[in-house]
Amino acid sequence: MYNQTEIIKDTSELGADGELVINMGPQHPATHGVLHLVVTLNGETIKKIEPHLGFIHRSIEKMCESLTYRQFIYVTSRMDYLSSHINNLGCALLVEKGMQIEVPDRAKYIRVILSELTRIASHELWLGAMAMDLGAFTPFFYAFREREMITDIMEDTCGARLTMNYIVPGGLMYDLHPDFQKKVKAFITQFKSKVTEYEDLVTNNIIFQSRTKGVGILSAEDAISYGCTGPVARASGVSCDIRKIYPYEVYDKVEFEEVIETAGDSFARYIVRVKEMNQSIRIIEQLIDNIPEGDFVAKTKNVLKLPKGEFYSRVETARGEFGVYVVSEGGTTPHRIKFRSPGFSNLSVLNHIAAGGMIGDLMASMGTLDLVIPDIDR
Amino acid sequence: MFSLEGITTSVQDWLFMKFNPTMALAMECIIVILLSISLFALLGLVLVLMERKVAAHIQIRLGPNRVGPGGMFQTVADTLKLIMKEGLVPDMADKFLFNLAPFVVMMVGMLLLAPIAFAKNFQIWDINIGVLYISAVSSLSVIGILMAGWASNNKYSLLGAMRSGAQIVSYELSAGFAVLTIVVLTGSLQLSEIVKAQENGWWIFKGHIPALIAFVLYIIAVTAETNRAPFDLAEAESELTAGFHTEYSGMRFALFFLAEYINIFIVCAIGATLFFGGWMPLHIGHWEAFNHIMDYIPSSVWFMGKTFFLIFLIMWFRWTFPRLRVDQLLNLEWKYLLPISLFNLLLVAVIAILGWHF
Amino acid sequence: MTNEEIKEYISSLAPAANYDETGEWLNILVEPTALKPLMAALRTGKMQMNYLFCVTCVDFKTHLTMVYHLSATTHRQSIVIKANVNRDAPVIETVCDIWRTAEFLEREVFEMFGVNFTNHPDLRKLILEDDFKGFPLRKDFEDPINMIKL
Repeated sequence: MYNQTEIIKDTSELGADGELVINMGPQHPATHGVLHLVVTLNGETIKKIEPHLGFIHRSIEKMCESLTYRQFIYVTSRMDYLSSHINNLGCALLVEKGMQIEVPDRAKYIRVILSELTRIASHELWLGAMAMDLGAFTPFFYAFREREMITDIMEDTCGARLTMNYIVPGGLMYDLHPDFQKKVKAFITQFKSKVTEYEDLVTNNIIFQSRTKGVGILSAEDAISYGCTGPVARASGVSCDIRKIYPYEVYDKVEFEEVIETAGDSFARYIVRVKEMNQSIRIIEQLIDNIPEGDFVAKTKNVLKLPKGEFYSRVETARGEFGVYVVSEGGTTPHRIKFRSPGFSNLSVLNHIAAGGMIGDLMASMGTLDLVIPDIDR
Repeated sequence: MFSLEGITTSVQDWLFMKFNPTMALAMECIIVILLSISLFALLGLVLVLMERKVAAHIQIRLGPNRVGPGGMFQTVADTLKLIMKEGLVPDMADKFLFNLAPFVVMMVGMLLLAPIAFAKNFQIWDINIGVLYISAVSSLSVIGILMAGWASNNKYSLLGAMRSGAQIVSYELSAGFAVLTIVVLTGSLQLSEIVKAQENGWWIFKGHIPALIAFVLYIIAVTAETNRAPFDLAEAESELTAGFHTEYSGMRFALFFLAEYINIFIVCAIGATLFFGGWMPLHIGHWEAFNHIMDYIPSSVWFMGKTFFLIFLIMWFRWTFPRLRVDQLLNLEWKYLLPISLFNLLLVAVIAILGWHF
Repeated sequence: MTNEEIKEYISSLAPAANYDETGEWLNILVEPTALKPLMAALRTGKMQMNYLFCVTCVDFKTHLTMVYHLSATTHRQSIVIKANVNRDAPVIETVCDIWRTAEFLEREVFEMFGVNFTNHPDLRKLILEDDFKGFPLRKDFEDPINMIKL
């Protein structure tokens, strides 16, 4: 992947002896996938972090150029696999925007409920994985207990636990499972009674706090300049929730708060995500009893053709702003498609926030950036 | 009342009757070696299973439950797997040190077994400087870890070994001071004497608050010394993959793994001896009737019960806390634990001189 | 700010700019040489476009078009800046000293389309292997082994 001589040249530029270059990844417990970081160390202190990507690059953008507007949605499930439903939604919104398809209300409500469930599931997994990065194994199992209920709901509804593929341009693929509302309510009750366990086990733990407070500080200016979005930017005090700024579907009809912290450290990023889970629960509670009756999919033509032009749609995934940019020549397939993935921009900030810290700080910073590697490599 | 004392005396008498004294001593040595090796194997099996079961119950799952009744033979199966595995030696590694390191760590564990009183009058070597011997020998294990880290020719191993060195050297101090408080209270370095001094009550109850502080310090320090979470920086999984034993596989890895558990057992046994009276049953002052009832429980059961309670405590830490950072770890020792233990030792000395303890 | 005001403002910065209002946002096509000063002015001037959320390139077979999506966290108005570059020797100045996020995004465009960004501090391949030949996202890229023609 990288040239050894180049690395040695780099370290000599730093001008100090005794520097150590270690490769973290692609097989490393903390990189959660196949990220490769070349870390230059001076003792325990990190001098420089250089990410090398591409181990899971599938060139989804090139692939989509030969897929029709119905097909390309499902490839995006494989990008950010933890919020695949929201990725699908972003692509469907783009096609609907381009073709001016009116989506039935029922589909809109269901899409939002599932998006929020996906967000909770993603944050649950992140919580467990990050605690594991910091050396605490137990929160992982507690987080997965609740996540399991969501994946069960997803399995009932979409037939899949991870890559949902439930959304089609114009609505949904099938109608809801009859037990859906009952199960979601059971989940909400369970979640509300158990979320305090995370507080006891993780948030109020003094070691956890000392590991994350003041670690990996990202200022608001840098967050904007690096294009950070989602919880990473909101923890630095940047208001960037697409659900609030450019409401899509029924987000303008529900009440929820955009969680903003100002500290910008790893602990703030943690707090933002935990509070966001509660806000998602709040959104679901408002919608779950009010799903309107009616069609779940709009009538569309069999062959979708986007008019000539350029289209951009964006949604808020669990990691931040996910954008889809399509250049259409008027045919059945896009001429060029670009996915603006939140993870890519969030990764670029890693060197900035973790250099100068210790190896342990890198784990805290990287854990709270919530990197999903297929989303970065695409 | 059942006691192991009878067995040991009768074995010794029989040996001395049949053979000349030198021969008898040699025979005893062999018996002791065999017994301690089998104790090691047994402890490894029990403790690994216990760790997995404790972890499972803390983590709302069941743990191993397929091999044998309740998963009892899981560790046996794991050991078999490890024996079958190839022990790889990385290229450019210092082969001699690489192969030696696990045995050094293991041998330290074996040496530490000598002065521990497992039951009433059931002790391999009742040396009169027992506590000093333990502090001296237990610090040797860091040499094995440094050897492993250096010889592996791996940067993760080296970092892990360096962390381990800094950590063990620092926490040795607190552990030493915590042990010294009990030595001051007892007035003896001999472990049998320390146990005997707790006949009318364990030091943790008799020694007022300083003994309690010393116990807390001791538990923290030995958790760090045995490289257990939250102080498992030497093998910090998410940072250094596996730290100093990254390159080890097969039985050599198993020896490191085993040594970790043996060390936990030993430090907990010493903790139980110093603070909870070792094999001494729970005696309260002049409550003769109560003391007699307590005496009916065999002394070995008392010893093992206390030790395993402490082991459970250390396992509980591991599955609850996140890991400390390396600078926080050293700050904790040098800025908090060491001043507290120094002050505590002073306090205990005053208490011992004025005879304020019970 | 209405589109008219933006057009007026940008015309004062880059007189040769072309405008296209058919899409969702105002599209501004500038010369590659005029891009850098315009971008710097947009960032620091009265528009305060501090958020560059997408940098990409489109292969139109006759030329490559660099596309920059700009927005601001204060007024939330998005505009699209475009610059056509020569397909045979694509060169454009980097904007990564204005927005840090451009560093990685431009590296991606560099390896996928072969656009050279002058003054980029670290223009190396990010995703592909170092010895990879060709520019995969160009329309004429052929890979008989890994690509399946539909």
